[in-house]
Amino acid sequence: MNHADAAEKFNKDFDRTTWHDETLWWVRQKRDRAAFAIPEWEQLRETASQIKHNVLSNLDNYLIEFEKNAQKNGITVHWAADAHEHNQIILSILKSQGVTEIVKSKSMLTEECHLNPYLTENGVEVIDTDLGERIVQLADEPPSHIVLPCIHWKKEEIGVLFHKHLGTPEGCADPVLLTHAARANLREKFLTRRVAITGVNFAVAETGEFVVCTNEGNADMGAHLADVHIACMGIEKIIPKREHLGVFLRLLTRSATGQPITTYSSHFGKPREGQQMHIVLVDNGRTVQLGREQFRNSLKCIRCGACMNTCPVYRRSGGHSYHNAVAGPIGAILAPNLDMTKNADLPFASTLCGSCSNVCPVKINIHEQLYEWRQELTKSGHSPTAKTLSMKVMSAVLSNPTVYHLSGKIGRFAMANAPFVVNNSFNPWFKQREMPEPPKESFGEWYKKNRGEK
Amino acid sequence: MKVGLFIPCYVDQFYPQVGIATLQLLERFGCQVSYPAKQTCCGQPMANSGYEHLTHDCNRLFVNNFSEFDYIVSPSGSCVLHIKDHLHDDKREGEATHVRTHIYELTEFLTDILKVENLTAHFPHRVGVHQSCHGQRGLHVAQMSELVAPPFSKPEKLLNMVTGLELVKLDRVDECCGFGGTFCVAEEAVSVRMGIDRVDDHVKNGTEVLTGGDMSCLMHLEGVIRRRQLPIKVMHIAEILNAK
Ligand code: SF4
Repeated sequence: MNHADAAEKFNKDFDRTTWHDETLWWVRQKRDRAAFAIPEWEQLRETASQIKHNVLSNLDNYLIEFEKNAQKNGITVHWAADAHEHNQIILSILKSQGVTEIVKSKSMLTEECHLNPYLTENGVEVIDTDLGERIVQLADEPPSHIVLPCIHWKKEEIGVLFHKHLGTPEGCADPVLLTHAARANLREKFLTRRVAITGVNFAVAETGEFVVCTNEGNADMGAHLADVHIACMGIEKIIPKREHLGVFLRLLTRSATGQPITTYSSHFGKPREGQQMHIVLVDNGRTVQLGREQFRNSLKCIRCGACMNTCPVYRRSGGHSYHNAVAGPIGAILAPNLDMTKNADLPFASTLCGSCSNVCPVKINIHEQLYEWRQELTKSGHSPTAKTLSMKVMSAVLSNPTVYHLSGKIGRFAMANAPFVVNNSFNPWFKQREMPEPPKESFGEWYKKNRGEK
Repeated sequence: MKVGLFIPCYVDQFYPQVGIATLQLLERFGCQVSYPAKQTCCGQPMANSGYEHLTHDCNRLFVNNFSEFDYIVSPSGSCVLHIKDHLHDDKREGEATHVRTHIYELTEFLTDILKVENLTAHFPHRVGVHQSCHGQRGLHVAQMSELVAPPFSKPEKLLNMVTGLELVKLDRVDECCGFGGTFCVAEEAVSVRMGIDRVDDHVKNGTEVLTGGDMSCLMHLEGVIRRRQLPIKVMHIAEILNAK
C-alpha cells in the first residue's frame, strides 16, 4: 500500500489521528523548551553538521582507523556489504556459540536489515528489550517511530496486549504496573541469555570505542550479563574524536525527547575478561548514497526522530504508512536509495514545508532532498504514465499565454455554469473542500479593461 | 522604481481582487507598476511534482515577461520562492539571475525595499495570520518556531500598522496548512486533515478574518472553511493592507 492510501486509512479514525498528532506535538514542544534553554543551540547544530561533513569526506580513513583501534582493544570487527551479509555474520556468531536465544536492545539498523525475521527463520528466538520495541514485538508489528517505537499504541491497548502475553490483570492500563510486568519478564531473559545485540549511536575512530544511548539501561543489562556482545552499526555512525561526543550527546536527546541527555550513555571500549565483543560495520547502500552528491547529507543523520515529531504529515499519517524501517521525512530520503521502485511514493508524502530541515540537529536539508528525489524518480521512470501525460499538457498550456487565457476562461465558465464538471467524486479536491467560486473576470481581463494595454 | 506585477495563474483566475489590491497598494507607495499581459505561471506545479525538466518553456516566458523590471512583486510567497530557487534559462542566464534576485513576495517588498513604516488602512476585526511555510521558512518572511532565534514577522509588522485591527494568537504559530501544491490532491486525506486542524486553531482563538501572504494556502483553507460552514472569512493580506 502506498503512503497516500495508508494515510487515508489512518485518517478514517478522526479522534485517533488527533491523539497521534497531539502526542507527537507534545514531544516537539518538549524539544523546543530544551533547545531554547541553550543559547548556543544554532552553533551546536552547525558544529555537528561540520563534524559530520568531515566524516563523510573521509569516511574510509576514519573507518580504517576505528577498525585498527577497536581490534587493539580486543573487539572483533566484521564488515557487511549489505543487509543479508549483516544477518549472516550474526547468525554465524550465534552458531559458533551454539546459541538459539538472544536479547537485543534498540537498533534501527537491525530493523533496516530485517534481522528479527531472519533469525526467527533460522531457529533463533530474539527478545527485544527496549520497552517500546518489546510492545511492538509482542504485537507482531514493526516500530512506527525510530525513537518512540510504539508511539501509535495507547496505554489501554498495551494493557490488553500485556494481559494476553504477560498475564497482567485484565483491564489494567496503569503504565507503572505494566512497566513492572515487562521488567520482570525481561529480567529473566537478561539473566539467561548468553548473547546480547545492541545498536551503536556513535563510534569513535580515535579510540576504537562506541557509545550506546538508552533511557532504560536495557542495552547495558544485556551487554554486561552476556558472554558475547554483538554491536551493529551503519558505517556513517563514526565520529573522529572522543571530544566530538560532547556536541552530539548534547544535541541527540534534546532533539529526540527534550531530555538534556539520555539516562544511560554507555561507552563500550573493550570486552571484559572472558567476554567476546563483536562489531558489525554495515554498508547496505550507504556508499551508494555517499556517491549521490545531492543526497549525501542524509548520512549525517543521528536518528533523533525530531524531524518525525515536527512533520505535520507524519503526525497525521503514522509511521507505518511509510512502509520502511525509518519513517518520516528522513526515511523518505533514505528509502528511495534502498529501493526506488518500492519507495517512489515517499518523497511525495510531504508538503515541502521545511520544518524538518530546521529542526534537524545536524542540519540535513531534508526538504530540498525530497524535492531532488522527486526529480530523480521522475527522470528514472518511476512516475505513473498518466501523471507524466497530465504534466506535459500542463506545461504546454502554461507556456502559451493564449492557450492559458482561453483555458482559464473555459474552466471558469464551466465551474460557474456546469459545476458538476468539477464538483464530483472524481475530483479529490471536492471530496472534503469547496472549490473556489469562479469570478466573472480574471485579473488579466480586469487589468486590460481598467488600465489598458501598456 | 519600475515594478513588474506577477499575478500567479490561480490568483489571476480565481482571486482577481487580490491582484487588484496588490496593484493599488504598490501604487499607493509610489511604485510604477505594470502587469505584463503574457504571463501565466511560475512552473511550480510541474517542478514540485518531479517534472522540473518540463518547466523550461515556462521559465523562458517568465524571463521574457519580467527581465526588464527593477523589481518583480507577487502576492504569493510560494511562487516567489520557486522562481528564486529554480528559475534558469540556458540562453539568457544573466537575465534569469536578475529575475531570481529581484523578485519579492509582497510583504517582504513592503518591509525590506519600500521600508513602509505606516499605513492608512483601517480594518476593525480580529485577524489571524496563516504563516505559509514557503514564505516563512523559504523566504524568511517570519521567524520559524524551530530555530533558536528571536521572533519576527514582516506580515504582522504590517498588520500592526492597520488601525482597529487586533491580531489573534494561535496555539501553534506556524504549522503547515497541508496545501502543498499537488500534495493537496495526491494526499487528499492528510491534506484536508491538516487544513481542518489549522482552521480549528483559528476558530478556537477567535479569528474573524483569516489572512496570509500566500493565496494558495488560503484557497485550501477557504475550501475547508466553506465546506464546514465555519464563521471565518478569508482574505489575502493585500486586501487588508489596502482596506480603507
Ligand atoms: S534527519 Fe535530523 S532530525 Fe531527522 S532523525 Fe536524523 S538527525 Fe534527527
